[in-house]
Amino acid sequence: MTTYDFIVRNWSELMHLAWQHTVFVSIALAIAIATGVPLGVYLTFNRRLADTVLYLAGIMMTVPSVALFGLMIPFLSVFGHGIGTVPAVIALVLYSQLPILRSTYAAIRSVDPAIIDAGLGNGMTRAQVLFKIQIPMSLGVIFSGVRVAVVMSIGIGAIAAYIGAGGLGQFIFNGITQTYDAMINAGAVAVSAMAILADFLFGRLEKTLVSKGLRRD
Amino acid sequence: MIELNRVTKIYPGAAQPAVDSVSLTVPQGEICVFIGPSGCGKTTLMRLINRLIPLTSGSISVDGKDIMTLNPIELRRQIGYVIQQVGLFPHMTVRDNIATVPKLLGWTKAKIDERVDELLGLVNLDPREFRDRYPRQLSGGQAQRIGVARAMAADPTTMLMDEPFGAIDPINREVLQDEFLRIQAKLKKTIIFVTHDINEAIKMGQRVVLLQDGRLVQAGLPDELLNRPANEFVKSFVGSDRVLKRLNLLKVRDAMMLNPVHCLKGDLSEKVLEQMIKCDLAFLIVADRDQKLLGYVNQYDLRGHKGMVGDVVRKLTLTVSPERNLKEALSQMLSYDLGILVAVDEEGHIQGVLNSATLFKLVGATYDERGGHWGRITASGRIL
Repeated sequence: MTTYDFIVRNWSELMHLAWQHTVFVSIALAIAIATGVPLGVYLTFNRRLADTVLYLAGIMMTVPSVALFGLMIPFLSVFGHGIGTVPAVIALVLYSQLPILRSTYAAIRSVDPAIIDAGLGNGMTRAQVLFKIQIPMSLGVIFSGVRVAVVMSIGIGAIAAYIGAGGLGQFIFNGITQTYDAMINAGAVAVSAMAILADFLFGRLEKTLVSKGLRRD
Repeated sequence: MIELNRVTKIYPGAAQPAVDSVSLTVPQGEICVFIGPSGCGKTTLMRLINRLIPLTSGSISVDGKDIMTLNPIELRRQIGYVIQQVGLFPHMTVRDNIATVPKLLGWTKAKIDERVDELLGLVNLDPREFRDRYPRQLSGGQAQRIGVARAMAADPTTMLMDEPFGAIDPINREVLQDEFLRIQAKLKKTIIFVTHDINEAIKMGQRVVLLQDGRLVQAGLPDELLNRPANEFVKSFVGSDRVLKRLNLLKVRDAMMLNPVHCLKGDLSEKVLEQMIKCDLAFLIVADRDQKLLGYVNQYDLRGHKGMVGDVVRKLTLTVSPERNLKEALSQMLSYDLGILVAVDEEGHIQGVLNSATLFKLVGATYDERGGHWGRITASGRIL
């Protein structure tokens, strides 16, 4: 059976797994953005802590994803969540931290001090400078970090099937154990398609949110 | 009005104060230039005024209010702020950049729009063309015009300008300086203007304050700094061409001799020649009844001529406006080898005469002396 035939015949199953995949990746990204961006912004005010945190986030990235999923099982078993969606989400949040943190931190720091001086000199409070100048000016770079995190999470999310979180990885792992090529291909193609689509959508969102004045052309 | 009283700033851990007990008063509506070599404390002193840098000791008041009694945020919203790097917000349109302070103050949209267009007009930019542009779509000169407009948005009485035209090419800098002086003549803000360029200081400042190592070395009219430097440092800072720099400060009107000797075109040549010989005049300006300049005659032209002076008058094409500065006038005299220049208004009426002897005296120590000697006009029409 060709991959195409497999996809057509198992369409509803594919959609179900894609939905699972979307749900835990989305939850993970929402948490990662909600924590990573503020933390990245905060780190610009605390340089010493910044070095440590960025270093730890860097180390996190070097842990192989399969190993991370495995390592979390004993810890999360204590809370009754050794396998399933919870450890999957936690692992994805940890992986997404570095690109989001690093891009946010770098973007906020790269705002020209003269522009900040102009903001303060014209009577903005420090918070107004942050929210009206530094963050809007950094959005483009923050977005690039988020897009890396999105694509990466969708890819790594496939491995979450290994610990019973479901998602498109299910096809890939089942395909491997059954040496069923069409099934493996279907899972792989679906993961790629999802990553490409998500990247495209975030690209569109970036275009609407980032000021035209910051566009380079 | 800005009053500084024994203002001192010592950075933590620094051995020397960055600003050392500076006292001065800037009257309402004046431009006061802070000048000095880099590291002299001029920018620090300026930034103490809007509390971007906290004061160590001494006191500063703006419009009679001690700045330490005001909330620093409120204070800065009342003081316009322009910096060399311009510092426009790149993600905002020109309109939103100019509207920075009005928005902070909570003005209505209609009031802001009206004010933005008014300010764009003031800085010579067409509102329809520039209102919706982003800073990256502006030239350096245009960007700093917006920077100035932003500082003036909420109509502050006081402005702080840190080398505002320092990053602009020399030709556009002149244009911006002239434009700014024109705006200032209308609006009469109290301005602190920081620069390291002595020529800019002389041009922009009604009062110039020279700083060295955080201390005030000399403060006074630009002319005083050039003419009576307090010490060797001031003398070397203003430059060995300080005398020539003074020419920039003075207008032809300040140096010209009023009511110059002249004859009318209807006067008889014989009579005029007689007078010229008697008074030892080599040449004479000829005017009509309305004091309009017609030209000149010399003794050679009149000798043996029967009739009226108007018949033999020679044209005098090189004249000068009383409002030009003396540097330009001197340059004209040197390039055309002229001993005198006749100053005329736009309609050609004689206003006065500038001659080289007066000019030389004027730029020397005794600049209150008026008058001088006539030059000599040669047969070729040149005045020596």
